[in-house]
Amino acid sequence: MPAVSKGDGMRGLAVFISDIRNCKSKEAEIKRINKELANIRSKFKGDKALDGYSKKKYVCKLLFIFLLGHDIDFGHMEAVNLLSSNKPAGGYLFISVLVNSNSELIRLINNAIKNDLSSRNPTFMCLALHCIANVGSREMAEAFASEIPRILVAGDTMDSVKQSAALCLLRLYKTSPDLVLMGEWTSRVVHLLNDQHMGVVTAAISLITCLSQKNPDEFKTCVSLAVSRLSRIVSSASTDLQDYTYYFVPAPWLSCKLLRLLQCYPPPEDGAVKGRLVECLETILNKAQEPPKSKKVQHSNAKNAILFEAISLIIHYDSEPNLLVRACNQLGQFLQHRETNLRYLALESMCTLASSEFSHEAVKTHIETVINALKTERDVSVRQRAADLLYAMCDRSNAKQIVAEMLSYLETADYSIREEMVLKVAILAEKYAVDYSWYVDTILNLIRIAGDYVSEEVWYRVIQIVINRDDVQGYAAKTVFEALQAPACHENMVKVGGYILGEFGNLIAGDPRSSPLVQFNLLHSKFHLCSVPTRALLLSAYIKFINLFPETKATIQEVLRCDSQIRNSDVELQQRAVEYLKLSSIASTDVLATVLEEMPPFPERESSILAKLKKKKGPGTVSVTDLEDSKREGGELNGGGERGPDTAAMASSNASTPSPSADLLGIRSAAPVGAAPASAGSLLVDVFSEAGPAAPSAAVNDDGFLRDLEQPTETCDSLLVEGSGDSE
Amino acid sequence: MIGGLFIYNHKGEVLISRVYRDDIGRNAVDAFRVNVIHARQQVRSPVTNIARTSFFHVKRSNIWLAAVTKQNVNAAMVFEFLYKMCDVMTAYFGKISEENIKNNFVLIYELLDEILDFGYPQNSETGALKTFITQQGIKGQHQTKEEQSQITSQVTGQIGWRREGIKYRRNELFLDVLESVNLLMSPQGQVLSAHVSGRVVMKSYLSGMPECKFGMNDKIVIDKQGKGGTTDDAGKSSGKQSIAIDDCTFHQCVRLSKFDSERSISFIPPDGEYELMRYRTTKDIILPFRVIPLVREVGRTKLEVKVVIKSNFKPSLLAQKIEVRIPTPLNTSGVQVICMKGKAKYKASENAIVWKIKRMAGMKESQISAEIELLPTNDKKKWARPPISMNFEVPFAPSGLKVRYLKVFESKLNYSDHDVIKWVRYIGRSGIYETRC
Repeated sequence: MPAVSKGDGMRGLAVFISDIRNCKSKEAEIKRINKELANIRSKFKGDKALDGYSKKKYVCKLLFIFLLGHDIDFGHMEAVNLLSSNKPAGGYLFISVLVNSNSELIRLINNAIKNDLSSRNPTFMCLALHCIANVGSREMAEAFASEIPRILVAGDTMDSVKQSAALCLLRLYKTSPDLVLMGEWTSRVVHLLNDQHMGVVTAAISLITCLSQKNPDEFKTCVSLAVSRLSRIVSSASTDLQDYTYYFVPAPWLSCKLLRLLQCYPPPEDGAVKGRLVECLETILNKAQEPPKSKKVQHSNAKNAILFEAISLIIHYDSEPNLLVRACNQLGQFLQHRETNLRYLALESMCTLASSEFSHEAVKTHIETVINALKTERDVSVRQRAADLLYAMCDRSNAKQIVAEMLSYLETADYSIREEMVLKVAILAEKYAVDYSWYVDTILNLIRIAGDYVSEEVWYRVIQIVINRDDVQGYAAKTVFEALQAPACHENMVKVGGYILGEFGNLIAGDPRSSPLVQFNLLHSKFHLCSVPTRALLLSAYIKFINLFPETKATIQEVLRCDSQIRNSDVELQQRAVEYLKLSSIASTDVLATVLEEMPPFPERESSILAKLKKKKGPGTVSVTDLEDSKREGGELNGGGERGPDTAAMASSNASTPSPSADLLGIRSAAPVGAAPASAGSLLVDVFSEAGPAAPSAAVNDDGFLRDLEQPTETCDSLLVEGSGDSE
Repeated sequence: MIGGLFIYNHKGEVLISRVYRDDIGRNAVDAFRVNVIHARQQVRSPVTNIARTSFFHVKRSNIWLAAVTKQNVNAAMVFEFLYKMCDVMTAYFGKISEENIKNNFVLIYELLDEILDFGYPQNSETGALKTFITQQGIKGQHQTKEEQSQITSQVTGQIGWRREGIKYRRNELFLDVLESVNLLMSPQGQVLSAHVSGRVVMKSYLSGMPECKFGMNDKIVIDKQGKGGTTDDAGKSSGKQSIAIDDCTFHQCVRLSKFDSERSISFIPPDGEYELMRYRTTKDIILPFRVIPLVREVGRTKLEVKVVIKSNFKPSLLAQKIEVRIPTPLNTSGVQVICMKGKAKYKASENAIVWKIKRMAGMKESQISAEIELLPTNDKKKWARPPISMNFEVPFAPSGLKVRYLKVFESKLNYSDHDVIKWVRYIGRSGIYETRC
């Protein structure tokens, strides 16, 4: 409310407000408000002319009632009348808060605003600009979009008005960008960065940032201006900018905004400008090392805000190894800071640093701290960031350690992040698996620890990999068999077990402890606890057993024949039972062997898990993987050429060299040149490049993944169709 | 079962907090305050579920009583208990107000210990409670062992609501039939919904352990008697006077088995005041007043309202405390009222014209007319025209209920039914009595 002070005081209003505040109950308050509304209505009836003071008083009362949450459907006219009085503040306030798109009133309001804008009174101009910004409707944009830029750049406009004009224009641009055309004003707006008044610069830079995000080329000139402005601020002593020094930090908001503006553009090409900027960034990093000038939290907040903004600029440029490493070291210090917020921000920034080839190695040195954070951090969002960072910093050299840590953390992880953790573990295990028995172990562990959060994609993927790689099949069968020994298995484990034993049970059948019948009994002991799809899968596994081990035929046929299978209320199960039974009794062993042959290898495709993780992160948030992708693309566009030979050499050498960039580069070299534009989705393409060359169709689209998901069960069905065809 | 009971003042400050079960934590107190008392939208449901905890609340003037539970309890039971709790408190210290609760908090905790045990409601009969929970000093000094054991045997015995050995010089009995009539009527005078909810409240000052029998013109009883008498005429004439009771509940002293088999209401009454029964009827209701509204919109800025009320009962009876409440539009800027009888006033704080008449005899009519000036608004919303509501009090039962007899038998003491002085009174009040306009 407008301050009730000195000569401006409205006693009636103050009494009314104190009345309301003294109300004992909601009912009493409503009664008081109804009474006041009736009073104001009778005053506004029209036949009596009200003096300016009481009109203002009643408008303010109405506004107060509205702000208390009651509907106000009159008084607009009186407020508009107030605009043309000599104290229009109350009227503007009412209109800013309460105006609805009523055409006739808008016309009147626009008129009043126009008068105020053309007046030379800065107070009135500011009020008018604030009103436009607060309402921000299309009508207002239409009426004033051409007027405001002129006020903004006019030489004789007061500084305070300029600030308001810049912010008002920003608001109009955000609501209706098509109406705000900068055109001829562009260069003059950019030159506001040189303005004497820091407030004007601060306001203008918000506008320029927004505008340059839309059309970067037009505002390109702002980069050098911004850099020089930044260097002036950074190098200034804290006493130089009297009003704009906040707890010994010179103009922190302006600095942050400048750094953010620079993030809209690639690194400056002009060497001098670039040198100056690097100097600034170095100064900022140096300042972080200095002892704090004040113990107040505001001081460190302001300082750190600038620092983090500078670090994100460094990450954005991704071209200064020296700065990147320094930033990383700085963040490393924050990792153990006692402020939770700082730890969070450090982890978050490190995630992006980890994907830069220059700082990847530097990030990796903090692995112990991050793992510790994952284990001991009290705030779940910080733990989540720690998990993200671990994921980002993972490469072949530390994959085993990181995956093991994540697995052990998973046992106690919060439910909200479990699924994501599971996906990450699955991806990392797959991406950096040198030894596929390790991969199988990891995934089976994953299912054991967090079975509920293991999505279909994860276990599909295990099966695809086991089927495609014959060197792990025996090991997988053995491990699965052992895992199934546990009294309580997760259903996903049963699925994997059923599928793998059905395919490769023969590889371990030699051992009397895992003889065919033992295998079958083990699987069948889980059968009754499973859902229908799993049971269907198990039935398919049984018929495969008949093929693999003829000696189990009688037992399995008996199982298939029993009422709970052959008369099952579920159509799918019943059909399978009936058809498998017939197949096993009619077809000859040769036919069986053909029909129930081992599954052919799956075509090489991108991991569907990755797609799932991306989907889970949502399109709005910039995920780590997305960043990686865009980085890589950017890298290829910008500096890919000069690093070309190097990468080829790396890729041809043994991939297990502990070079930070080996993996990223390896991917790049393996991706077919033609598929580069589509590589945004195919990060994992090269995982199997050792097993076989990536198919030309490797750059699959999203539908491809979806088809991929269905694979295992689909093949079961096709097998079924074949089988029934045979038996006919 | 009830896990805890809290009493708050209008600001949401806790006045009384009694937790009976471990599953109710301290945060439950705050949860109710935040989600109900301080809720942004007014909470209209008496049952609120917050984080698997149920809060049942009743409000008495500015005081909130909330029962809290985590279990799936019978909500009707909880509310019955809360109402009883209010009755008990009123009986002990009068009106339930913040000041009274603060002044009597020791007593309230004592009462809460007694009438709820581990969340299970216990004997909440005021008469019985008053024998062992008193406000004056420590009772133990005055009570002999004998008296104490007597209280124990009474409270735990079969007739927990009455103690033995009560003696009065004059055996007196007061019986009030209190009804509230609810109505919603269309502008054309069609009854959209109507029902009467009534209570039979008794005050008995009788000696010994008397056995009472209460009879009224219940249709089932009358019809049964009519058939017994075999004459058709008797059945018909009595059928007119009898009423159909939709449902009823009784005080715990009434023998339900006897009511189920013979539909006779017999009981040993508690001493003092109590509510014998509650009932509800929906058929053949006598509507004491008829409201005839006439609203005319004259242009955008004026409204003419004319309301006629007609009294529809015996001319010898007098209705009292009549109040007609005519809602006015939200953009009313001025009102002129003319009425022939009583006083009428525009109350801006309630957005209504309130017309009060002190007394009105039956078969009369009265009229009010008002001119309402409106302020033109730019809101296209039309006025919702809330119904005209009415309050009154009439000296008869709108349901048509009649007390046929109330017999008192006391075999041990030497007084008979004739020696008891009995008083019967009927009061019909308006509940929600509305006519659309």
